Amino acid sequence: MIVFEKPKALTDVPLHYCPGCTHGIIHRLVAEAIDELDILGRTVGVAPVGCSVMSYDYFACDMVEAAHGRAPAVATGLKRAMPDNIIFTYQGDGDLASIGMAETVHSATRNENITVIFVNNAIYGMTGGQMAPTSLPGQVTQTSPYGRDIATAGYPIRVSEMLSTLDGPAYIERVAVNNVKNVKNAKKAILKAFRNQVEGKGFSLIEVVSTCPTNWGMTPAKALEWVENNMIPYYPLGVYRDKYADAKEG
Amino acid sequence: MAEKVLMKGNEAIAEAAIKAGCRHYFGYPITPQTEIAAYMAKRMPKIGGTFLQAESEIAAINMVYGVASAGFRVMTSSSSPGVSLKQEGISYIAGSDLPALIVNVQRGGPGLGGIQPSQSDYFQATKGGGHGDYHLIVLAPASVQEMADLTVKAFDLADKYRCPAMLLADGTMGQMMEPVVLPEVDTAPVEKPWAVTGTKNARPHNIINSLYLKPDQLEKTNFERYEKYRQIEENEVMYESFMMEDAEYCVVAFGITARISKNAVIAARKKGIKVGMIRPITLWPFPTDAIAKAAEQVKGFLSVELSMGQMIEDVRLASGCRRPVLLCNRTGGMIVSPEEVLAKIDELVAL
Amino acid sequence: MAKVTFLSDLCKGCGLCVDACPKKILVLAKDKINAKGHSPAEMTDQSKCIGCAFCATMCPDCVITVEK
Repeated sequence: MIVFEKPKALTDVPLHYCPGCTHGIIHRLVAEAIDELDILGRTVGVAPVGCSVMSYDYFACDMVEAAHGRAPAVATGLKRAMPDNIIFTYQGDGDLASIGMAETVHSATRNENITVIFVNNAIYGMTGGQMAPTSLPGQVTQTSPYGRDIATAGYPIRVSEMLSTLDGPAYIERVAVNNVKNVKNAKKAILKAFRNQVEGKGFSLIEVVSTCPTNWGMTPAKALEWVENNMIPYYPLGVYRDKYADAKEG
Repeated sequence: MAEKVLMKGNEAIAEAAIKAGCRHYFGYPITPQTEIAAYMAKRMPKIGGTFLQAESEIAAINMVYGVASAGFRVMTSSSSPGVSLKQEGISYIAGSDLPALIVNVQRGGPGLGGIQPSQSDYFQATKGGGHGDYHLIVLAPASVQEMADLTVKAFDLADKYRCPAMLLADGTMGQMMEPVVLPEVDTAPVEKPWAVTGTKNARPHNIINSLYLKPDQLEKTNFERYEKYRQIEENEVMYESFMMEDAEYCVVAFGITARISKNAVIAARKKGIKVGMIRPITLWPFPTDAIAKAAEQVKGFLSVELSMGQMIEDVRLASGCRRPVLLCNRTGGMIVSPEEVLAKIDELVAL
Repeated sequence: MAKVTFLSDLCKGCGLCVDACPKKILVLAKDKINAKGHSPAEMTDQSKCIGCAFCATMCPDCVITVEK
């Protein structure tokens, strides 16, 4: 009996990501959620600008490539036109939390019934390792060569916490993919975010703390450790907002 | 015979869009086109459509991109500074070969400019506007009736050629009230096998995209798109010719300035000057052949514009610079008068 | 008995599966280079595999299929 194989919602196109980049794991988790909910035929994904720009080749559902940061607006259009389809965006930290912050906040506050997968690896990967809105204080990048100086570059943005202050969104959770246990939790969260949409519950965002071995200048194994020791303390994992659970408790 | 109703230009656009089967409108408030958004806000919920006031012009055009990707008729409207913000999305829409309607009810610029009528977005509209090699089909109405008719036409052309179309009006046209017969539209749906409506597990996945990392592929796509543009130039040029049969001078004007110029042409005729007018209805494709033909007949051209002189470049190009081309213009929200046009016609005759 | 198979030509030799394996029976092949130019992951002792799929869970490239 097969206990683990590639999900059907991924195509056979080999991923272009660097060795050990956890984008591949997150792609797989999204695809597994699509498979398990049996929604491949009615799902439309929106790819971002950044390392995962070519995810339109990897997901087997219909795909749209959005301009940098605009994926939630594109997804809004798709969902309003086709409310019975399942619409998701897959975005990095520069895309979602910098240039696309307005689109992110407003799609959340409108409680658009979409699923947002937010990959936070604290750096711009595609352009070669520049400072991101989520780069940690002191983090060395190509554009913060002396470390991120909070006096001039400000503080990293905790997206999940910030969006959870809004009344709109249905579900917000931060997960990580740095070990087997966390990957399994991430899977549950992503599945829930898609199921919420199927059930018409509204805007769900899963922030996935991820790696960039190449631009962090680490081996893939060291990058996973860096997530544990540096990223997770600044970006604590957990459920930040669950409107329906809160309602039950209340 | 359909009933005549009295409508503002902006409202005529909105109602005609609904008649044309558009059920999705995304916009952001800006003077002098906000009546379109207000009209849509009232009407769309009653007919099962979408009205959404977006967080920005940028978001609005990207929502348009999303709906267009799914193959539905969709529009946004704005005025000059807002249309500048939309250019990113317009470039992506053109680069992904998607049909959509963008309405620009122009106001004075540059920068925040003013809120009075203008035609100074001619370059932006007809030469591309955003980054990269592309065109929009640009239609310029000169009456409230045309605001309605050309809105329908724009949707049809956009679908036919899979490209964005722009209705380029101005603040006067938007605010003007005139009787209009709303067009009855045959809304037979256009087949859009490329749309991202979900594979239904029955076909390979569709991808809406403008990224080509291999330069030879991008070049090939651009050449193919320009072949499409050549067909549009061949088949879709629209213009009005007024008193051109025996004309010795030719006024070229579009939109509100064409209405004003028509009065000046009639006044000049009364004075015995044989002057006619060519009014481009499609600004892109520009009526190049009509101007070139006129250049064989007339002694000079007068380009009348509410700008510092933008369309005049296309008049010069089309006429091969064989005849003098003068400019009669006001800008910044000021409107040219028939007397000013007439004075320029006199100047042209005296050359 | 558990069985692990590798689509070795897709492997980028990142080693995340090697670290994840609780039985320490995965290695990056020292004497092989795949089509991508990487040393691919491989199994040293299939008989010790418990089919936990930790390796596949951490693999970013869907290289690994696990049967039980």
